[in-house]
Amino acid sequence: MLHQVEGSRAVAEAVALCRPEVVCAYPISPQTHIVENLSQLVKTGELAPCEFVNVESEFAAMSVAIGASATGARSYTATASQGLLYMAEALYNASGLGLPIVMTVANRAIGAPINIWNDHSDSMSQRDSGWIQLYAETNQEALDLHIQAFRMAEELSTPVMVCMDGFILTHAVERIDMPDQELVDAFLPSFQPRQVLDPDEPISIGAMVGPEAFMEVKYLAHAKQMQALELIPQIAADFKDAFERDSGGLLRTYRGEDAETIVVALGSVLGTIKDAVDELREQGVKIGVVGITSFRPFPLDAVRAALGHAQRVLVLEKALAVGVGGIVSANVRMALDGIELHGYTVIAGLGGRPITKASLLGLFAEAVADRLQPLSFLDMDWDVVNRELERIGSSRTSGPHAENILRDVGPVAAGPV
Amino acid sequence: MFQVRFHGRGGQGVVTAAEMLALAAFNEGRYAQAFPSFGSERMGAPVVSFCRIDDREIRVREPVMEPDALIIQDPTLLHQVDVFGGCKADGFILINTAKSFDELGLGDFVKDFRHERLLTVPAAELAREHTGRPVANAALLGGFAALSGLISLDNVASAIRERFTGAVGEGNVAAARAAHAWVADQLRELSGAASG
Repeated sequence: MLHQVEGSRAVAEAVALCRPEVVCAYPISPQTHIVENLSQLVKTGELAPCEFVNVESEFAAMSVAIGASATGARSYTATASQGLLYMAEALYNASGLGLPIVMTVANRAIGAPINIWNDHSDSMSQRDSGWIQLYAETNQEALDLHIQAFRMAEELSTPVMVCMDGFILTHAVERIDMPDQELVDAFLPSFQPRQVLDPDEPISIGAMVGPEAFMEVKYLAHAKQMQALELIPQIAADFKDAFERDSGGLLRTYRGEDAETIVVALGSVLGTIKDAVDELREQGVKIGVVGITSFRPFPLDAVRAALGHAQRVLVLEKALAVGVGGIVSANVRMALDGIELHGYTVIAGLGGRPITKASLLGLFAEAVADRLQPLSFLDMDWDVVNRELERIGSSRTSGPHAENILRDVGPVAAGPV
Repeated sequence: MFQVRFHGRGGQGVVTAAEMLALAAFNEGRYAQAFPSFGSERMGAPVVSFCRIDDREIRVREPVMEPDALIIQDPTLLHQVDVFGGCKADGFILINTAKSFDELGLGDFVKDFRHERLLTVPAAELAREHTGRPVANAALLGGFAALSGLISLDNVASAIRERFTGAVGEGNVAAARAAHAWVADQLRELSGAASG
């Protein structure tokens, strides 16, 4: 049924339709509305049987999810930013133990400097934690991906992270189609755990493994993600059959057929990119888009097939690998091994800086003319950067960067943008 | 696509206003997208929210930088924040105040604008009268429906009722109807003055 609701509410309702038995979370912006809504659904009895566990930290949230999942309960949590970092150790345990937990990451920047706004630094920092990572383009896809995620996680016995842009999606009120409970029940079978902690039949989980077998156990997490490369498109196809919607899959191509220039991105920025690409297509520019939904596993073959014929590839990333540049682009490069083309990495939207269509149009024009540097930063204020670099060069005691730069920029009230 | 930007302060329901407008447009079978300016919301701090309305799926995710309409819930912002940034000369402007544009010191600024698209409405007063609280958001939407003709008053009313139940909802619907009537009167006077 069609509704006009906030993204967080839509995700909470979709998670509830998946009948989790344990939801544990610690609130952090911009994830808060998701878990608030879920706690309300548990309290009112709309989501039952389910225990909502109010934990004292994100580390505890993931630890409770691990414990609950190990007893055979379908388990869910959500977090963002510093919260995800705080649970990092437990993330590796969840994947190493093969526990099919589903978690929403409401993508947000990582401090310092402290910043509550959106980028992909948080989930990108955990890309090698063994979790499957799916990125949602719209709120409709965010809620659809959660339904797919539980099925994927449980079929493979591996945890899945659904990443959705904080604020941009979580706080956006837009049209969504919320499926019926019967449809979700038919799509998502009941959880049949591969391993169960049961007091009546005691076993232990989490053995220490020495050099004799560590690599083999570790490889299994990789093997599951390689299986996921097959499973993710299958689940998306099944989903389409059942729900009559294209959602999920490994990646999606937009106007890519004859494209000489292809823009690669993840998440909600794809919408603005597509609008910009439509404008350029009207001017005769052969430009297309590849939106990557599954970042882990990274679909090397599908990326190669989607990009291999292009003359240039521009990867727009909402995270910065300090010291080298792009994260997504490094993976894209791997997929394009041996293919000659121009590759550009563009870091954009860090800490919530709006990625505007006007800026994208300028950027794409530069790319099409091959005037871009290999690594560039969209809408960077270089005067501000250079002023601080000068200060660092001229004085040993130039003080903290953030405070110096804020003094240069001056007070900023909530203006038009 | 029609783009609306709301300006107000934390606690005035600016984000809810954008959401209710989106809901009203959805109730008319249109696509709509409402979102806040993503700040750390604090009571009294300047807040911005946005609403886009279109007849097809809205994909763009940037803030509204060139609004077709501005709804200003707090006139004390006028000389503090660049509320008119990107505003078009054929755009709609609705301000919550009992003063006129001239009295607000905006006469010069808007002299090239289409005057039948600029109005002030004492929405906080109307809200106080009908709800007991000077929260102007719902009333302004009623006024905006009259000013722009973009959405019907009935759909504004149903959006308000979906967001607020019981007496609060009914009070706000009454405030929206009162503001709608006020703006409709003003528009009649303006067109009367123009033709006479």
